[in-house]
Amino acid sequence: MLLKAFENGADGVMVIGCLEGDCHYVNGNIRARARVERVYNILDQIKIGADRVKMYNLSAGEGAKFAAFANEFVDQVIELGPSPINVARKHEVQESAQEVET
Amino acid sequence: MITGTPKPIEEIIEMLEPYDNIIVAGCYGCVTVCRVGGDKEVQVLASTVRLAREAAGKKIKIKEVCLERQCDPEYVELMRPYVEDYQAVLSIACGAGIQFMAEKFSVTPLLPGINTGFLGVTERQGEWAERCQGCGDCVLHLTGGICPVTRCAKSIFHGPCGGSVHGTCEVSKNVTCGWQLIIDRLKSLDQMENYGKLKPYKGWDTSRDGGPRRIIREDMV
Repeated sequence: MLLKAFENGADGVMVIGCLEGDCHYVNGNIRARARVERVYNILDQIKIGADRVKMYNLSAGEGAKFAAFANEFVDQVIELGPSPINVARKHEVQESAQEVET
Repeated sequence: MITGTPKPIEEIIEMLEPYDNIIVAGCYGCVTVCRVGGDKEVQVLASTVRLAREAAGKKIKIKEVCLERQCDPEYVELMRPYVEDYQAVLSIACGAGIQFMAEKFSVTPLLPGINTGFLGVTERQGEWAERCQGCGDCVLHLTGGICPVTRCAKSIFHGPCGGSVHGTCEVSKNVTCGWQLIIDRLKSLDQMENYGKLKPYKGWDTSRDGGPRRIIREDMV
């Protein structure tokens, strides 16, 4: 699902798990972190970069903290710029537009 | 089950270099259980390849399929109507499944997406360990259910060698001496007499010595 988000044009994906030690599924959030770490590795290997995904742990009552984390992550993604996928797509659109003009 | 591990992405990307329209084929058998070749892994691998190729400016089309088993003809045949519409199949089944597909689809290149490992068990979620080498002459009834061929690094048949120290194999401090396990188990079963019943040598003619093996069950053919 995380990789699909990048295929669908996301520049970054934020993953929120419940607080460690406080998961309804006991260790579901710990396992989720391990899965997200796998995605970090995949993104690094395919040159998209692990820093386009970040996992946070929050409780449902931490709205203000969620907003702060979201702002922090958005700033990080803005600084990184568009993902290589979106760069390639933009390039492709520009090339086809030039072909139409000529 | 037959276990495996994913091939490095770089290796897969290199393998796929000549192609831009492929099938990624998983298997619902053993490789699904050991989380390396099932439906979910097909999706992850296909997404990974598509992203890598698009980022490199060389898009690839991928059909995602997962067969019940890649080692049985009735399931492999399900791909026949469309397999030739694609330039290659990247299979994340075990080596047996990949080879079987290659035999069936003579004009389509079959590429391995995983490295096939061993016959093993799930010790805990995410951890698998070898238990059987398929030697074709089982002695587990004499060894307390612990296989000397697999669990002993030297596959010896006459007790621990000099490399066994405090129950650990000289190969690695993480490997328990197989013969220590066997003797401990025989003692706890009060079956130490079985230790003496082991053959002085093992015939390997039922193992790999005769090349690829075949089983023919007359009552089943």
